[in-house]
Amino acid sequence: MTYSFRRSMKQHWKAYCMLLPGLVILILFSYVPMYGLIIAFKNYSPIKGILGSKWVGLRHFSRFFLSSTFPQLLRNTVFLSLYSIVVGFPAPILLALVLNEVRRVMFKKTVQTISYMPYFISTVVVCGIVKAFLAYDGVVNTILNTLFGIQPSSILSNAKLFRSVIVWTQVWQYTGWDSIIYIASLSGIDQQLYESARIDGCSRLRQAWHITLPGIIPTITILLVLRLGSFLSVSTDTILLLYGPMTYETGDVFGTYVYRLGIKGGQYDLTTAVGLAETTVNFALVILFNTLSRKITGTSLW
Amino acid sequence: MKNRKNSIREGSCIADIAIYLFLVILSVIFIYPLYEVIVCSVSDVNAVVIHNSFLMWPVGFHLEAYKMVLSNKNIWIGFRNTMLYMALGTTFQYIVTVFTAYPLSIRDLWGKKAILIIFTVTMYFSGGLIPYFLLINSLGMYNSIWVLIIPLGVNVYNMIIMRTQFLNLPAELKEAAEIDGAGDITMLFKILIPLSGAVSAVLVLFTAVSYWNMWFDPMIFLTERKLYPIQSVLREILIDDSSVQAAGAGAMNSKLLHNVDTAAVQKLIKYANIVVTTVPILCIYPFAQKYFVKGVMVGSLKG
Repeated sequence: MTYSFRRSMKQHWKAYCMLLPGLVILILFSYVPMYGLIIAFKNYSPIKGILGSKWVGLRHFSRFFLSSTFPQLLRNTVFLSLYSIVVGFPAPILLALVLNEVRRVMFKKTVQTISYMPYFISTVVVCGIVKAFLAYDGVVNTILNTLFGIQPSSILSNAKLFRSVIVWTQVWQYTGWDSIIYIASLSGIDQQLYESARIDGCSRLRQAWHITLPGIIPTITILLVLRLGSFLSVSTDTILLLYGPMTYETGDVFGTYVYRLGIKGGQYDLTTAVGLAETTVNFALVILFNTLSRKITGTSLW
Repeated sequence: MKNRKNSIREGSCIADIAIYLFLVILSVIFIYPLYEVIVCSVSDVNAVVIHNSFLMWPVGFHLEAYKMVLSNKNIWIGFRNTMLYMALGTTFQYIVTVFTAYPLSIRDLWGKKAILIIFTVTMYFSGGLIPYFLLINSLGMYNSIWVLIIPLGVNVYNMIIMRTQFLNLPAELKEAAEIDGAGDITMLFKILIPLSGAVSAVLVLFTAVSYWNMWFDPMIFLTERKLYPIQSVLREILIDDSSVQAAGAGAMNSKLLHNVDTAAVQKLIKYANIVVTTVPILCIYPFAQKYFVKGVMVGSLKG
């Protein structure tokens, strides 16, 4: 039974007061920007303000979707996102599964601690290291040259390699950290299952495949749905720190485009439209995959 | 757990060797970049040039680069600003978090469901970068440190974790306190918060780390150099290749610049910058690790 408004107020007016600052901040800094999205449908002029600017309907959207940059941005974003999911999503699962096979507690703990380390290095520093290591006179070129005789080149300005640089940088940074959640869910698997499998003569690989993996499928599903919820917004900050005009061809994604044209270029209305399209697709993907996952696996976010 | 160690899965020896080898190689890959940075940063500049920045062990032991980094006053200003933003931001966010989590954990509070929905919607949908940017500008918060404190006060994810923690505390306890006449203030400060120490520690740590790493918002909203947090200073040095910034003011007189090509010197200074700003954190994290791990799990419970 829910209390009436009056009774709640009388008993818990202090609680309502506590709620106030959070609610004000949320409305001001989350909901007011949502209202600000209407400039995507207007010819925004800073002097006239959001309300005073003229409506232009879907002109910004059509201008963007018909522009020559759109196919490139879409291709870059989708490729990078798929690449990142195909490589970056299974990596922590694999690490957790392998760590699960280790029986020496000290060794396991040490490897885990080491694998979390990159997560505690800030993104700026990680990208700084990547930049220095991939430079013409950097250590990666030196190693490639000594081992395989490959001529040194400026790897970071090679558009063909840019996606790999971004994806593997993030794999390095996040794999250990992301494995925590899988390791936690692995510890919840009933140990008797392994016992009986072993009695039945099941090999370790098959135990991992038939017991361990199914045991963490719910966790995998949830995290995959969440990951798909940022499908179009993937790795914007790493790209912003590492890309350049030489790599726009493969590295420019929706997020970086919005930053460059919006914040730097002042084309607020157009980039708001781009951002809105991005958020809408992301949102639709979460809903779609959440529904799918509820129907197929029975696990869902809500 | 214990009996698994000796009774289950006496797999083949080869599989074991492969697993251990794999993990050792992986650990090397995780450690190597930072190791190389540290090794080069203390080595002789000429050796770094000769070996093309690939050194297994330090050649000599030189602290010239560190002297330059530590004499760069921008680094110190950056440290100070980051500490300030971290202290203010973490405190403010924690207060707002418990203040919102508590009412939303009260059973039968009128309007609770609607307010919860208002909060959670923002996790999945937002106005995006540009409308936020325009709002901050129109509020006059551009180039003000409050842009990094006030809007970040509400962290819905943390609020949900805190709320779950409050909800999980035994109901009898809350009822007993209520019968003894505890109001909202007493309930929150005398009962709920003292019993939520571990979760509080987790949330505070997560917030502190995010303040330490923050670079995007400062890049957009803070253009005055005296307001730069450490990551903004580092971005100039490491990403924008600003040599003047890297070397600092007194560098021109240093004997480092006299003997070899400046590119190598720049690189060493960059590396020293990385070490100075990263190693302190890396010395702390193994001790705080169990809280972080716990935090990930607390968060996943809600899922």
